[in-house]
Amino acid sequence: MSDAIDIRRVVKRYGTFTALHGVSLTIRDNEFFTLLGPSGCGKTTLLRMIAGFEDVTQGEILLFGQNIAGLEPDHRPVNTVFQNYALFPHMSVLDNVAFGLKMKGMAAGPRRARAGKMLEMVHLSAFADRLPAQLSGGQQQRVALARALAPEPRVLLLDEPLSALDLKLRQAMRVELKQLQEDTGITFIFVTHDQEEALTMSDRIAVMSAGHVQQIGSARDIYEAPVNRFVADFIGETNLLEVEVASVQAGMARVVLPGGQQVTCPSATDTLGRHALSIRPERLSLIAAEGDMTATVERVVYLGTDLQLLMRLDGGADMQVRIQNSARTDVPQIGARLGLRIEEGAARLLAD
Amino acid sequence: MKGVRHYPGFLAITVLCLVVLYAPLLVIMAYSFNGSTSITTWGGLSLHWYVDVFTGAEAARFGQAAWNSLTIAVIAATASTAIATAAAVAMIRGGTFRGKRATFALINMPLMVPEIVTAVATLIFFAMIGLTTGYLTILIAHVTFCIPFAYLPIAARLQGIEGHYEQAARDLYASRWQAFRLILLPLMAPGVVSGYLLAFIISLDDFIITNFVKGAGMETLPTAIFGSVKQGIKPNIMAISTLMLVVSILFVALSYLINRKGRRSP
Amino acid sequence: MAGMVPDQTPATSGDGYRRVVGPLLLPTWAMIGIFLVVPVALMAVYSFLTKEFRGGVDWQFSLAAYDQFFLNRGLFGDEPPVMEWTYITIFWRSIWQAAVATALCLAIGFPTAWFIATRPANTRGIWLFLITIPYWVNLLIRTVSLKFLIRDNGPLNEALMGAGLIDGPLPLVNTNLAVQLGLFYSYLPFMVLPVYAAVERYNFAYSEAAADLYASRWVTLREIVLPIVKPGIVAGCLLVFIPSLGAFLAPDLLGGAKTFMIGSLIDEQFKGSLGNWPFGAAVSMILMTLVMIALLVYARSTAKGGAA
Repeated sequence: MSDAIDIRRVVKRYGTFTALHGVSLTIRDNEFFTLLGPSGCGKTTLLRMIAGFEDVTQGEILLFGQNIAGLEPDHRPVNTVFQNYALFPHMSVLDNVAFGLKMKGMAAGPRRARAGKMLEMVHLSAFADRLPAQLSGGQQQRVALARALAPEPRVLLLDEPLSALDLKLRQAMRVELKQLQEDTGITFIFVTHDQEEALTMSDRIAVMSAGHVQQIGSARDIYEAPVNRFVADFIGETNLLEVEVASVQAGMARVVLPGGQQVTCPSATDTLGRHALSIRPERLSLIAAEGDMTATVERVVYLGTDLQLLMRLDGGADMQVRIQNSARTDVPQIGARLGLRIEEGAARLLAD
Repeated sequence: MKGVRHYPGFLAITVLCLVVLYAPLLVIMAYSFNGSTSITTWGGLSLHWYVDVFTGAEAARFGQAAWNSLTIAVIAATASTAIATAAAVAMIRGGTFRGKRATFALINMPLMVPEIVTAVATLIFFAMIGLTTGYLTILIAHVTFCIPFAYLPIAARLQGIEGHYEQAARDLYASRWQAFRLILLPLMAPGVVSGYLLAFIISLDDFIITNFVKGAGMETLPTAIFGSVKQGIKPNIMAISTLMLVVSILFVALSYLINRKGRRSP
Repeated sequence: MAGMVPDQTPATSGDGYRRVVGPLLLPTWAMIGIFLVVPVALMAVYSFLTKEFRGGVDWQFSLAAYDQFFLNRGLFGDEPPVMEWTYITIFWRSIWQAAVATALCLAIGFPTAWFIATRPANTRGIWLFLITIPYWVNLLIRTVSLKFLIRDNGPLNEALMGAGLIDGPLPLVNTNLAVQLGLFYSYLPFMVLPVYAAVERYNFAYSEAAADLYASRWVTLREIVLPIVKPGIVAGCLLVFIPSLGAFLAPDLLGGAKTFMIGSLIDEQFKGSLGNWPFGAAVSMILMTLVMIALLVYARSTAKGGAA
């Protein structure tokens, strides 16, 4: 598998503000790759650099092995689905989809045929002659996709394309997008701040924060093996406990829990001292006997499919536990003192 | 229960405001159809004074003045709109650059300096460089002070067009020039048309500056009318005024409709 | 700017046009630079030159123009100088007339703007259109129309006498009131439009909150609405006051000798052999300085309350 995009120590500065601090990552061909992070983390800046809308302050970006620095956007074989679609308001849907082909010099006949085909692919053939303003948000979104895919780019950039849609439509579009990527075999680079979107569609995810890449990996990797506090906290919910490390060796650490019990868990650090231990709330189980820790139930929050228990450890720290809400679940009483058992492999020691 | 938006009396004042604005115009329009030769007595409905405008003793003078006004307005509006369009693209789409604030102040300067001061300064300038006052000096002055009027609607329109459209075009293999011609220019067209119409009316209306730089023997419609009303308001002036009024209103209505159409498809 | 929120692409990021900014702006710089900035500078120079008797100037430095404006040295110029009040009075009268016109515009313009801004969105355009139409009609024609309407035996007086409200015609023309009315009539839309823009942006939830907290309608107007829409009001006042100050048509056509204003004073200096170009230039300089001061005060006040 070749690399579609190779980003090497890329720095972006705006005046005195540094948006990207030496970011390096490679994106493979045919991959659905997601840049995930809160707003202001630099993910959109990175995307716009690949598209050619921002200059690279330092470092280089290779597109299929070719350095694209100084290449104008119209000379890059990448197309973008813009956040608000940017459909040309004065052109029909068909003309929008055909625009890139026209610019590439394709003759009118084949151009219309291909644009028509693209509209078919996104189920909008009936709307070819409408203006963008006459379409719903979801339809505009699909036109934007068709427009960006029509010139057969080697890489498709998607800048939070689902953020303007309502929840149901967003969920449907996730499946459609993933399907489209698999069918076309085009490399997708998807920018989002929505972790659920990232987890459901991506082959790999780069979690970004404050201009740094924090972790790159599959959805499972970053959820189950976060390397640091930011990733553990940003992806899903987690309990972060300050613990003392008794010993650490070969990626496994023995840590002292607040109650005094010791457990062995995978570790992202190899230094002793105090570190954060991440335990997912759904990986804790309640037991009547003494567990790895003991805690008191302070509040029970009803979430429908789950119950969320807000608990206080004997040592004083807060702890969240999630249990399934089934008919057989005994809802713990407030004030009950219960044991907590950490499931196998559920705890993970983090680097900072 | 009346909402917090309601204030008693505001409707009455609004009506008063409209009455004040329209009464003089309606009165002069009505009297332009007066059949009597006196302006004070009503002599029945007649188009007499409209006929007089085109065939009467002053027809040639006013005809020439109208022709001057029209040609000056067309040229001044065209030139100032072209200049203002280029300026708006630079100001709104050119990012930050040195001298941007100064340029902004410069564009707005004709609006800031009192008209009579502009008139004095321009006259002194032409006298100084030895340019004989006449058609050309009026034209130069008009192009200059029309620039901000053309600029305002164009810039406002441009500001409302998101940069994403041009970026999308560039992303879809359009060159800079193609992105401008195929995307930005059509999108800003309503603003350009508004700017043109605005500049046109402003040029057509100008009296003070024109009066200073026109030189002897050269008249535009406003200076000709002014010269005439100095001797008293005659009925033919009312007919000319009504005609000009209608032309102005047609232009504004046109500009309004174009803008509305433009707004509907942003 | 872009650096502050790198994730939110500035909508108007300058891709493409940055390198052609110079050529694009060159015509503007040339036109306004050569035909307005240079002339104004030249006018400043002229105000320090010596008057030529058939109009024009002698290139000889002189403070005579400013001296004439501020000081009275007697008929033959040989008496000890005392303060000259003639021109200061004209300025003062102009400021007063402009101020009254501005106040009139505000008194009528604010309720009108408020009324329009509180109409349903689809009818506001029509109301605004109605307000702006007269502005597009030639100022000269409007002023002439007004004069025709209010002259001694004009339709207004005829109507009032016909209704038995007055016995003889009201002598309106050639009075201060006529000039004030004329200025008010000339620039009323300039007040309505910015105030309307401010009221339209006003969040009426503030008024509801005030009403909820026991404020009456008029207290709400004074305590909540006016402070919030003040930038629009100030802008409107400036847009009326500044052109009123240097107005020529309204005082010239509607006023008389007693209502002589700056515009006419300047105009006289450039007409025929009685003219005095350096003095006209000096009066223009003083007028422009006043306007610039007003604009500076405005700019500073908006810069301070810039967040609003």
